Amino acid sequence: MNVNQNAPGANPGKSLFRKQKPARIAGGISLALLTLVWLAGPTTAAERSLILQSTTSTANSGLYDHLLPLFRQQAGITVHVVAVGTGQAVRNAMSGDGDVLLVHAKSTEEQFVADGYGVERFDVMYNDFVFVGPPADPADLTVADNAVDALSRIATSGALFTSRGDDSGTHKKELSLWRLAGINPSTASGTWYRETGSGMGATLNVAVGMGAYTMADRATWISFANKGEFRILFEDDSALFNQYGIILVNPARHSHVKAEAGQIFIDWITGIQGQQAIAAYELGGRQLFFPNAR
Amino acid sequence: MQEIRESFTLALGLISSLDVDLAEIVGLSLRVSLSAVLIALTLGLPLGAALGMGRFRGRQSLIVFSNALMGLPPVVVGLLVYLVLSRSGPLGVLGLLYTPTAMIIAQTVLITPIVVALTREVIEQLNREYGEYLASLAVRPAGRVRTLLWDARYSLLTVGLAGFGRAVAEVGAVIVVGGNIDHLTRVMTTAIALETSKGDLALALALGIVLMILALGINAAVMMARAAEPRPLPRPAH
Repeated sequence: MNVNQNAPGANPGKSLFRKQKPARIAGGISLALLTLVWLAGPTTAAERSLILQSTTSTANSGLYDHLLPLFRQQAGITVHVVAVGTGQAVRNAMSGDGDVLLVHAKSTEEQFVADGYGVERFDVMYNDFVFVGPPADPADLTVADNAVDALSRIATSGALFTSRGDDSGTHKKELSLWRLAGINPSTASGTWYRETGSGMGATLNVAVGMGAYTMADRATWISFANKGEFRILFEDDSALFNQYGIILVNPARHSHVKAEAGQIFIDWITGIQGQQAIAAYELGGRQLFFPNAR
Repeated sequence: MQEIRESFTLALGLISSLDVDLAEIVGLSLRVSLSAVLIALTLGLPLGAALGMGRFRGRQSLIVFSNALMGLPPVVVGLLVYLVLSRSGPLGVLGLLYTPTAMIIAQTVLITPIVVALTREVIEQLNREYGEYLASLAVRPAGRVRTLLWDARYSLLTVGLAGFGRAVAEVGAVIVVGGNIDHLTRVMTTAIALETSKGDLALALALGIVLMILALGINAAVMMARAAEPRPLPRPAH
């Protein structure tokens, strides 16, 4: 043992803390902090970048993997995507934790701008929502007249339905359809109506696992790999329209926002090159998003 | 079941082809979690030793507190660190959110209690054996801490491994403060969560297998380093 014998006069009975030199503790902490700074080093590169708060549907479908390298090539700006539900993306942007917001819940987006968190909202693209479920189709969705009728059939039959339940754009849309149907599904929460509180993919995994109906955006559904026997049972209703919008986070509210880079990205994605790139993205021979910027 | 079989093939393919994206993710996982362990040890070893040897008021409460903190849910740690590092938070000006540094901070918060609590246990035991002996040699408290920590270094390696295991395996904290940004803050666990949400269960599981192999490798390396070192001097007779 490495025993330090040159320590006369020590009184081991007393507190250790009072005997320890504060300098040593301070040294330890500063060493830790230095390590942290050193390790953080390589990421703060000089290259231009911005943070895009966006939704899981756009990220999981592979759209960004297609668009962002093109944008980087043309503009020299790297876009870092944080993919969460629309509700969380909007809250993150409100806190200033992002430069640009690209989500799909128009009224929430307009409120975001009206409250001064965003500069201006632009349409980018659209696709649509579909109802998917087990092939046995216990609620007969295949013969439903429209989306509202489809939900009514599910409620009446008591067939399982999984909801995002996470304040996402898809969740907001689903709730608006229930309202149109005059049904309050939250009273059935835990019985046939099951709120996962998770992303679209996780909710699809649950739906497939328990043989429940669910509503998904078409892009996520097409790119989803764990479909099992599930298929689209209802689609093509104008009520299922799914519009995506883009907003620059207001630099007047958050001075660190990379307004210039953000504006370049918005101009690009709503411009000819970005719009063409969106239209060109296909998965399994199908176009997933339809550009409609004005 | 088919997915499980498929995932092993995929995992082997990923490793043998030295997939660039995978290497990047694995590298960041290691960098973040090893840094967190290093910092947690720097802070936690002296704290744990002081708790194990010291006799002061409130010590018992501190022990209970540090033990309880071992059960901190990662997502809660992530949320707390997010609120502090967010641009609207107290340290927002540093712009650390969505960087590997933020992930290191979160994991450090998560595993420091583990290091403190386990070190306290180890040192308290040793102190019971050696305390009087060291006192009779008139070793100063700081020297005693050093001596006992050094003597316990093999047990403390296991403490470090426990911390590393917890750090490298958690997803709740890093996904909140890191944002799972491709080529920036994506690590093994957030990549697994992402592939699961895409429904690519085989790839998700394959990444899990790679993570396990990584953990095995690190534990084996530590074990070998331990075996290579000469054993400490025999313990003194009482």
